Amino acid sequence: MLKIEELHASIDNKEILRGVNLDLKAGEVHAIMGPNGSGKSTLASVLIGREGYEISGSATYEGQDLLALSPEERAAAGVFLAFQHPVEIPGVGNMYFMRTALNSLRRQRGEEELDAVDFLTLAQERMKLVEMDQTFMSRAVNEGFSGGEKKRNEILQMAILEPKLAILDETDSGLDIDALRVVANGVNALRSEGRTMLVITHHQRLLDYIVPDFVHVMAAGQIVRSGDKDLAHELEANGYEGLTPRSAKVGATV
Amino acid sequence: MTAPTTTPGISDEVRELANQEYQYGFVTDLETEVAPRGLNEDIIRLISAKKNEPEWLLEWRLKAYRHWTTLTAPTWQHVSYGPVDYQDIIYYADPRPKKQVSSMDEVDPELRAMFDKLGISLGEQERLSGVAVDAIVDSVSVATTFTEKLAEVGVIFCSFSEAVQKYPDLVRRYLGSVVPHNDNFFACLNSAVFTDGSFCYIPKGVQCPMELSTYFRINAADTGQFERTLIIAEEGSYVSYLEGCTAPARDKNQLHAAVVELVALDDAQIKYSTVQNWYPGDADGNGGIYNFVTKRGMASGRNSKISWTQVETGSAITWKYPGVILKGDNSVGEFYSVALTARRQQADTGSKMVHIGKNTTSTIISKAISAGHGQNTYRGLVDMRHSAAGARNFTQCDSLLIGKDSGAHTLPYINVKNQTGQVEHEASTSKIGEEQLLYCRQRGIPEEEAVSMIVNGFCREVFRMLPMEFAVEAQKLLTVSLEGSVG
Repeated sequence: MLKIEELHASIDNKEILRGVNLDLKAGEVHAIMGPNGSGKSTLASVLIGREGYEISGSATYEGQDLLALSPEERAAAGVFLAFQHPVEIPGVGNMYFMRTALNSLRRQRGEEELDAVDFLTLAQERMKLVEMDQTFMSRAVNEGFSGGEKKRNEILQMAILEPKLAILDETDSGLDIDALRVVANGVNALRSEGRTMLVITHHQRLLDYIVPDFVHVMAAGQIVRSGDKDLAHELEANGYEGLTPRSAKVGATV
Repeated sequence: MTAPTTTPGISDEVRELANQEYQYGFVTDLETEVAPRGLNEDIIRLISAKKNEPEWLLEWRLKAYRHWTTLTAPTWQHVSYGPVDYQDIIYYADPRPKKQVSSMDEVDPELRAMFDKLGISLGEQERLSGVAVDAIVDSVSVATTFTEKLAEVGVIFCSFSEAVQKYPDLVRRYLGSVVPHNDNFFACLNSAVFTDGSFCYIPKGVQCPMELSTYFRINAADTGQFERTLIIAEEGSYVSYLEGCTAPARDKNQLHAAVVELVALDDAQIKYSTVQNWYPGDADGNGGIYNFVTKRGMASGRNSKISWTQVETGSAITWKYPGVILKGDNSVGEFYSVALTARRQQADTGSKMVHIGKNTTSTIISKAISAGHGQNTYRGLVDMRHSAAGARNFTQCDSLLIGKDSGAHTLPYINVKNQTGQVEHEASTSKIGEEQLLYCRQRGIPEEEAVSMIVNGFCREVFRMLPMEFAVEAQKLLTVSLEGSVG
C-alpha cells in the first residue's frame, strides 16, 4: 500500500525527517509514537503534500510516486489525514463542505456525483458512527466546535470519504475519556481489509482503544524501533529515554 | 486608526489573480449621437434641450455647474490615480435609434444580443423572473418593461427623463433633497450634466409587487456616465430595488459619477441592492472604470428603514459611501457590503450613518477582500447628533487578504454627541490561510474551488441579505473574479 524509503524532509534548512523507512500493507494499522518534536506530524504533512519542505527519498503509494502528486490528487488516490488541529472555515456549511469534498473526489475518479438527497442519506448513516447529530452539519466547518467535536468531525469525514490510507495525527489530543471512546469506536468501525491506517500519537492511551498491528517509535526524525502492540506498553512503562536514532543526536526540535 | 496590512505569500500562483481576463470585454456598435468633448454652460444647455427639460431644471443644472467650477477634486481618499481631464469627456451620447421604441421587439437586435452576452436576456427576465428591467445603455433608457403592471398598483418606475416630462412636480420636490446640487465635487458634476437614470415612486401603503431592477452598461467610448436615480417610498410602502452593472473593456479610464437619492417616509422601507462588475483595468492597472458615486438615503419618516446591500467586484477605483440620514424617530439604516479588489484595483468605500431622530439604529457590515495588488480601504462615519437620544450603531469590518501584495485598511470615524448613544465597532483582518487551503485540498477540493468556497463563506452574512437570484449571481461573480487567483 505505502512504502516509505529513506525519506528526508527539511524546512528552513532544518532537517526534521532524517531517513524514515516504513512499509504499510493493506488492512494494517500502524501506530507511530515518539516524543514531541520527533517528526511525527511532519511525516503526516509530507505524506499529504503540505508545501514548504525540501524533500528527498521516496514514498510509493499503490505503485505510484506519492510525492509527485498535488494534495487534491493524493486525496483522490485515497489518502486522508485527520488533522491534529482542524481549521475553521467561517460561513461554509459543514454539510456543503463534505458534499463538495466527496463530489470532488468522485469527479477526479470519474464517478458520478451525489445529489443533495443521496448525500444526506449517506451522511446521516455515517454520523451515527461518531454519535453526531444533524445540528453539526448545519454549522460552519469546525467553527465554534469544541476540541472533541472537531476530532469527531474529522472521523466523520473519514467515514464519508472512505480513504484507503487514513493518517490520524494526534487524534486523541485534547479529548476526555468519553470523547476518546467515541472517536476510537468510529475509527475501529472503519477498520477494514482494504484500508490502511497510520495512527500518530504521543500517548499509549489511544492504543488501548485502537489496537495497532505494529508500533513504531520515532525519535529525531527516524524510526528507531518497531514492534507489535506490546512495544507501546513498554514505552508507557519506560518512557522514550534511551531510544537513540542510528545517526545524529537525540532531541531534534521542530 | 489605520492598519495597513500585507501578508506573506501563499504560493506563487496567487499572483495570477490579477491577470484574469475580463469576461465582458466586448464592444457593441450602436448608432450613437454624441456631444462635442468638454464641459461648459452651452453643453449643459444642449443636454437640457435634447431632453426637452423645463426651465427650472436647466437652472438647477447651471447652479450646480457654477458651484462645481469653484471646487477641486477631493484628494483625501486612500486611492491614487492620474488627473482627470474634465474637458476631454463627452457628456452626452444617445445610443437610441431615431425611432422611439415602444415594445421589446423594436429594441435594437444588437443591443439585445449584448444583453444576451451578459446573460441578461430582457425577454427571459420578463417571462421568467417577474423582474421589471429598465435597461440603460449609455445615458438613455431604451426599454422599460412591466410598467403597466406596476401602474395598476400606482407604482411609477421609469427613466429619469420620462419622469421629468410626466411627473415634474415629484421630481422637482425631491431632486436634490437628499444629495443637494452642491454636495461634493462629483455629485455636483452629476447634478450639472446627468443625462438619465431611473425614477421610482411607491404610493402610500403599497408593497411593490416585484423587485425593480436596472442594468447599467457603459458603452460608447470616452463617455462619462452620470446617472441620477431617485426613489421615493411614501408612507407605509415597501420597495426592493436591484442595480446590476457590467461594462466593456476600454483602454482609457472612464469616469462614472452617479448619484442615487432615496427617500423613505413614515413606516416606509427601501431595500437597495447593487452588484457592480465594471471593467477593473488590466493586470498593470491600465484602463478600468473610475466609480465615484454618491448614494444616500433619507429615512425621513418615523419607523422608516433603508438598507443598502452591495457586492462590488469591478472598477479600477471605487469611491463610494452609501449612507442613511436617520431623521425620523425609530428609523433604521443598514449597510451590507462585499468589496473585492484584485489586479491593481483600489477601493475606498464604506458607509455614513447620521443619527438625528430618537432611538434610531444603524448596522454596518463590511467585508473587504483584497487579492493581487488590490487595495481595500473601509471608511465609515457614525455620527450621532444631540437630538438622537437612544441611538445605536453596530459596525463590523472584516478584511480578507489573498497573497502578499494586497492591502486592507480600516478607517472608522465615530462622532457621538448624545450620552445615551451606543456604538459598537468590531474589526478583523485575516488572510486565506495556507491551513484552510490545505484542509480543503486534502479533502480533494481543487485549490481554485477552495479559494472560492472560503471567500464565499467569508461573505455569507452579506449574501444572505441579497434577493435570491441576485445572491446566486453575486456568488458566481465572486468566483469568476477570483479565477486564476491560484493554480
